[in-house]
Amino acid sequence: MLAYIARRLLGAIPTLAVIVTLSFAMTRLAPGGPFDEEQALPPEIRANLEVAYGLDQPVTVQFGRYLAGLLHGDFGPSYKFRDFTVTELISSGLPVSLAIGAAAILLAIAVGIPAGIFAALRQDRIADRVMMALAVAGISVPVFVIAPFLALVFGIWLHWLPVAGWAPGRPGDLVLPVVTLALPVIAYLARLTRGSLLEVMRAPWIRAARARGLPQHRILLVHALPAALLPVVSYLGPAVAAVLTGSLVVETIFGLPGMGRHLVQGALNRDYTLVMGMVIVYATMMIALNLAADLIYAWLDPRIRRERRP
Amino acid sequence: MSRHGGLWRDALHRLAANRLALASLAILVLMTAAASLGPLLLDYRQDEIDWAHMAAAPFSAEGHWLGTDRLGRDLLVRTLHGLRVSMGIALLATLVSLAIGVTWGAVAGYLRGRTDALMMRFVDVLYALPQVFFVIILTVVFGRSPATLLVAIGAFGWLTMARIVRGQALALREREFVDAAIVGGAGTARIVARHIIPNLLGPVIVYATLTVPQVILVESFLSFLGIGIQEPLASLGNLIADGATEMETATWMLVVPAGCLVLLVFCFNFLGDGLRDALDPRDH
Repeated sequence: MLAYIARRLLGAIPTLAVIVTLSFAMTRLAPGGPFDEEQALPPEIRANLEVAYGLDQPVTVQFGRYLAGLLHGDFGPSYKFRDFTVTELISSGLPVSLAIGAAAILLAIAVGIPAGIFAALRQDRIADRVMMALAVAGISVPVFVIAPFLALVFGIWLHWLPVAGWAPGRPGDLVLPVVTLALPVIAYLARLTRGSLLEVMRAPWIRAARARGLPQHRILLVHALPAALLPVVSYLGPAVAAVLTGSLVVETIFGLPGMGRHLVQGALNRDYTLVMGMVIVYATMMIALNLAADLIYAWLDPRIRRERRP
Repeated sequence: MSRHGGLWRDALHRLAANRLALASLAILVLMTAAASLGPLLLDYRQDEIDWAHMAAAPFSAEGHWLGTDRLGRDLLVRTLHGLRVSMGIALLATLVSLAIGVTWGAVAGYLRGRTDALMMRFVDVLYALPQVFFVIILTVVFGRSPATLLVAIGAFGWLTMARIVRGQALALREREFVDAAIVGGAGTARIVARHIIPNLLGPVIVYATLTVPQVILVESFLSFLGIGIQEPLASLGNLIADGATEMETATWMLVVPAGCLVLLVFCFNFLGDGLRDALDPRDH
């Protein structure tokens, strides 16, 4: 198990290196420089700007400086928000994004898995059919359609929840964003849990448990669920990716001051350093959380847990 | 099982028996026809402003069947144009990823060994990248044009295809007809092109059908955020974004493009599932 963890941690390093190198290379490949869009600058000012941002140096030196900065948690200055560094923007947005992301994942687990179990127990009855039709809808309908409709129904028509905005100490503001982010994951988890549980219920050891006359709830909880939930755990990595991607939309629609909105603003302003820094942070989060999900999976699966050698 | 022989014929029969898939196919054909012909037949252009009817509700103003937006542009025409852009990009990006993915996977799977390991390692590395975010970087760097979107989405779209094709190719090359071709003196290129790729078509078609809605979703996601297709060009994504800002007073501006997108994605998914059931005889 320890060897497995070490191997996975080491495996993440090259991926991170590729991400940083690729993001850097892509922004330097760009036709023109970061100051091109403004009115044609006098050459002296332009030269001064380039010196100030270190752009007069050879690309290798720039990359070295950027890497050295990254290791200190310094993502460089934002090209467009002149008064802020990228690090400041990230650290102001990260807590908001993490809070709604974590809440959405927890909500999805709390609702999706029980819903899937329920549907499996009622296989092919009306409740199952309805739930699975809803699940297909939840998977196919993108977040940027769900979000405005929820805002329309619960915010504008019913007046139950605020449509947009955010202030500390107003938890009601976060309900719609979190639910929006959670819905597709709930749908996917429910379908996955149902399918996996139905498959496990046909396994020989479940029939053996039935033959021994064990009560239904014991068969379900002790014998079937642990095995059935393994594929569900392995979906948590992709789920994190879905939530992080969805948070771009949700933060934009509901006006939350998270990282996603900074990234979208940066992309609209063609703010290279901001976009690059944000993408690196998002990618790192995805890799780290994916790794965490895989480790949980390995820990839960005795076949991997007891593995001595890779 | 096959009385009149042939995988394709059987598959066609199975598909014909799947009403959901057939209905989806019919709707997709209709939507494609509407998107390609509709804008030619209707009286308004996508950027034409009708000063007399701004933000008109559906059926309320003469000639605007689905109403107009706040600038008085006909919503039906704009939605059809959006459909055209979204489907066009999706089909082209799928073709790009088909071409790269099938070639890459077939070569890797056929050559095996170190070349295969190297080629698939490359795929693994790209796979680990958060793709949407790299598409965003590409649009930032190369400007927000349909061409950039197409290339950026296509650049990542081929990875799964390459994996599927490689797995199939690894299995196929062990088959007798490949031995027979080798004995017959065929070279690598000929075997890959004539014996491996034709046998891969089933899974490739299925996965390609399922790639189209994914591309549509990525494109509309970016256009929704304002990073993709730009005004005055319409795409389903930027129409939905427009509708979302106006939904309080003009709900139809949100409902029409959103409904169109959802229908499109549903139909492609159902058709893809139907094709998978039809082309994969193992389940039957």
